[in-house]
Amino acid sequence: MQPRPQSHSAALGPGCTGPSLANPTPLAFDHQRQVAQAPSCGAEAFAVDPAALANGQPRKHTTYPYVTGTSVLGITYKDGVLLASDTLGAYGSTKRYKSFDRLRKVNESCIVGAGGELSDFQYIMRLLEELSDDDFCMDDGHTLKPAEVHSYLCRVLYNRRNKMDPLWNSLVVGGFHAGKPFLGTVGMQGTNYTDAHVATGFGNHLARPLMREHHRPDMSEEEATALLHQCLKVCYYRDKNSINKFTIAKVSAEGVTISEPFALETEWRYKLFENPAANAAGAW
Amino acid sequence: MAGASQQGGFAFDLCKRNEFFEAKGVKHPGFTKTGTTIAGIIFKASARLGIAAESHPAFASPPSLRLCTPAFIIHWHAMQWNFAIQLPSLTHACPSPCCYHQDGVVLGADTRSTAGTTVADKNCEKIHYIAPNIYCCGAGTAADTENVTGMVASQLELHRYATGTQSRVVTAMTLLKGHLFKYQGHVSAALVLGGVDFRGPHLFTVYPHGSTDSLPYCTMGSGSLNAMAVFESGYKDDLTREEAMDLVARAIRSGIMNDLGSGSNVDLCIITKDGVEYLRNHEYLQAKTYERQFPQKFASGSVPVVRERIYDIKKVVTVVEGEPMDMEA
Repeated sequence: MQPRPQSHSAALGPGCTGPSLANPTPLAFDHQRQVAQAPSCGAEAFAVDPAALANGQPRKHTTYPYVTGTSVLGITYKDGVLLASDTLGAYGSTKRYKSFDRLRKVNESCIVGAGGELSDFQYIMRLLEELSDDDFCMDDGHTLKPAEVHSYLCRVLYNRRNKMDPLWNSLVVGGFHAGKPFLGTVGMQGTNYTDAHVATGFGNHLARPLMREHHRPDMSEEEATALLHQCLKVCYYRDKNSINKFTIAKVSAEGVTISEPFALETEWRYKLFENPAANAAGAW
Repeated sequence: MAGASQQGGFAFDLCKRNEFFEAKGVKHPGFTKTGTTIAGIIFKASARLGIAAESHPAFASPPSLRLCTPAFIIHWHAMQWNFAIQLPSLTHACPSPCCYHQDGVVLGADTRSTAGTTVADKNCEKIHYIAPNIYCCGAGTAADTENVTGMVASQLELHRYATGTQSRVVTAMTLLKGHLFKYQGHVSAALVLGGVDFRGPHLFTVYPHGSTDSLPYCTMGSGSLNAMAVFESGYKDDLTREEAMDLVARAIRSGIMNDLGSGSNVDLCIITKDGVEYLRNHEYLQAKTYERQFPQKFASGSVPVVRERIYDIKKVVTVVEGEPMDMEA
């Protein structure tokens, strides 16, 4: 039998991680799952266990991220939504994990991309998978809509922030439902909005201006892909924590496709880059 | 150079005093920075044998235009030198490749200067004069950029009198970086220095701590990432003057639209061997949609008269006519 997942802080009780469906609830925190769609993992009310506090155990919070992902870009086009990111999990300045999928599928109409602490992203995916599993088990033909996923993630992130123990992520939620594309973003404080094009992290400064210049709501998939390639290239040029290995995820009426990793053509040999100190001794 | 300290090296006289104040709880004044987008690009359109020049409105007047011959080029350049500033911008007139060897630098800047979160000056000039062939865009603390560029401009002018030659861009760069390094980054001036001298066009960035880069395209300021995104997707080898101007204007516009510290209008400065074109407010983006007339002009008859009172001043004032007073004594 699987061990019961523990909260990483005894004083906080099961409010952070709780028992999943497969594991029995302890009698002390007897919790009836009233709402079928609510995940059991993380579903219990925030309760501070006085016994644990009395023990003198310290309360642990996330203070800074360790393994991080950089920017995630998202744009809507005529028939759906495209998300793009690189596949790097950086450990500080080291390029530690070069094949990390930062774009994941939630269900046939929704994808999520994340930057920031990647272990928190994996926890978020676990929450979303539990919700999707509940939908599957319910078997009534309904799945989570992209707007619902977005709203759910807002609440989770905001509540964690209120506990002073944030999930250190910048998320992008993209989906296609009822013939309309959906694109939204959630920050680690719970800040959220929806827009025709979004970017997290460095992408806000580098990619957003290009998107504002070139994006139209009726773009074709080729134009949208070309725009994303341009933005990814600029992000790769000017963001230190990035690699030339990207994935693009597409959601449309046909469902979700996450591409194989690919690299982009980069130009490093402009004529004027060669010998910059030709007329400036000491410059470089 | 004028201005070097007597003893040389760093002067730390006031540091102990400042530390004493800080220990007593006196808060040091902060720097009011100006958010900015400044950018520069080198263009080097190579000489082309052009038949397109004939249809070219700017070249419509004689000398007659056929294939470029050396004699023609020299003649045309001589013409342009005299009208370097007054010549209308060649942007509108030159869509096709130009018929002469044209190297130069295009510098661009926005025009917003901020004090904290307030916009202090909606239309300031961030492209500073250093020499007739060298201009410098400044980001960071406005006082620092103005004074540092002014100081180096004076030093270069004296140098020109002493040597009798055109100033070199590397000289300006060396003076700037020496000064900024001496102050260890406390003189908060981030500069984009560009110019054309006898060696060709040069473009440098100078950072507040004194390091420099020599680059074909560069941006500085709070909007630098936004402008650099445009450069990275638009730069290619051998830009023509018009392409360079368009790219720099787009980059500055990107900074203005996407960065809160930059705003208002776009200034451009094009420096070539033959002269400088300073396009102040090249793009005027802060035009108001509605301008109220001041003073208000009301058409007569548009306002109903409620009451009319006429005062006859002659009844209360005595007019005495006589000799004007003698003011000269």
